[in-house]
Amino acid sequence: MAVRSPSPSIFRPKQAIDQSALEENKALIEGINRRNVLRGAVSLGALSMLTGCDVSDDSAVRSMLLAVSAWNDRVQEFIFRPNHLAPTFSEAQVLKPPRFNAYYPLESVRPVDAATWKLELSGRIADKRPWCAQQFDELPQQELIVRHICVEGWDYIGQWSGVNFGTFLQRVGADLSAKYVAFKCADDYTESIDMPTALHAQTILATRYAREPITDPFGFPLRLRTATKLGFKNPKWITAIEVTNTFTPTYWSSRGFNWFSGI
Amino acid sequence: MPAAHVKSNTRYGLRLHPLPVRVMHWINAAAMIIMIMSGWKIYNDDVIFSWLRFPDAVTLGTWAQHGLQWHFFGMWIVVLNGLVYLIYGLATGRFRRKLFPISLRELVATIREAMAFRLKHDDLTRYNAVQKLLYVGIMLVGIVVVLSGLSIWKPVQFSELATLFYDFQTARLVHFLCMTAIVLFLVVHVALALIVPRSLVAMLTGGPVVKEENA
Repeated sequence: MAVRSPSPSIFRPKQAIDQSALEENKALIEGINRRNVLRGAVSLGALSMLTGCDVSDDSAVRSMLLAVSAWNDRVQEFIFRPNHLAPTFSEAQVLKPPRFNAYYPLESVRPVDAATWKLELSGRIADKRPWCAQQFDELPQQELIVRHICVEGWDYIGQWSGVNFGTFLQRVGADLSAKYVAFKCADDYTESIDMPTALHAQTILATRYAREPITDPFGFPLRLRTATKLGFKNPKWITAIEVTNTFTPTYWSSRGFNWFSGI
Repeated sequence: MPAAHVKSNTRYGLRLHPLPVRVMHWINAAAMIIMIMSGWKIYNDDVIFSWLRFPDAVTLGTWAQHGLQWHFFGMWIVVLNGLVYLIYGLATGRFRRKLFPISLRELVATIREAMAFRLKHDDLTRYNAVQKLLYVGIMLVGIVVVLSGLSIWKPVQFSELATLFYDFQTARLVHFLCMTAIVLFLVVHVALALIVPRSLVAMLTGGPVVKEENA
């Protein structure tokens, strides 16, 4: 492409515009044309209509979907109503025992020994002394009869009681302006939630189900129960809690499930 | 009316399907296919009917999480495109002109003609009573599928809306039944478009030029 020499004008720089960037990227620019863009757009649509052809395997499509999922995290943070309570139910509607789910079958559950169990605290927390199981019984107890909804599509009404999570965080001197609360579990599961959800009135560290100590498959001795997130956002057999501003991938979010997963 | 205006009107006159309608139609078609196929993937993870599981070949995504990713990508397209379409149809008067009134007598007559294979397709620009009813019906289904979908997605944040669908599983069932209605509509709609190929061409090129009161 010939560059016209500019006619003299006070609005123009004395020197001609530097064309080196254009020269260096010539091949790339020539590659951009309407036909190729159209072809790309049309083939995506056409591919999705071909049965059996999985466009999710394409890395560009995959990163686009993950970008939308990250955008959906932000949307869910925006629509979260911190003072809005989830519907609650009567004791007669409670499912006993609750429905089991984990990333492995029921037979593979490894029970936690309450006598040796400790809850480690780390990150932006003033008092990092570990907690033992009895300490949770000494705090005021809160009961939740709420709907548990699994990302798969099933649900049940559960009756959980334990310590309000916001109260717990305040008691240990957590930085309540931090972004995330992250969990580690005895079965190597990892999870994290946003601080507004952690401070929601219906988020508790549960020790009991239907007024009895939680049984092994459901997270004895300590699990999270929040009424505003899907089931998998409620870690069981918690062994460590970290208050942090750094996002770290969690078990299911690193496998493609939406991180925020609010309900 | 100045002569120049009349001249330009015959050349660039209103088409049966103005460009915005065609663009929105095909965006919706692609997005609906994404929603249906990814929805089947999500459904398979926890079936509502034990006898019904969708073959992997017709689902979108490798695992459930990919189906969910597609579904929550497609929802933006379906909802935003659908909203613009509804506003356009109401604001331009297109819905009022093309879809109303729906007369019961004409409906019965059209069904009789169709049963006897005597239905005429010579005028693409006028919808018969059955078409009017189906187009209005599928728009209502479209609204219900979005509302029930929002109730499944956010039963707590949108708990006021979710109450309309009784509880979580009934909202899921309504969402599923709306999908079924959309798929049945799609089958009939595509079959008829193929039987009368002029109608398919019209949705691509705009179709015949029509008088303003018929656009």
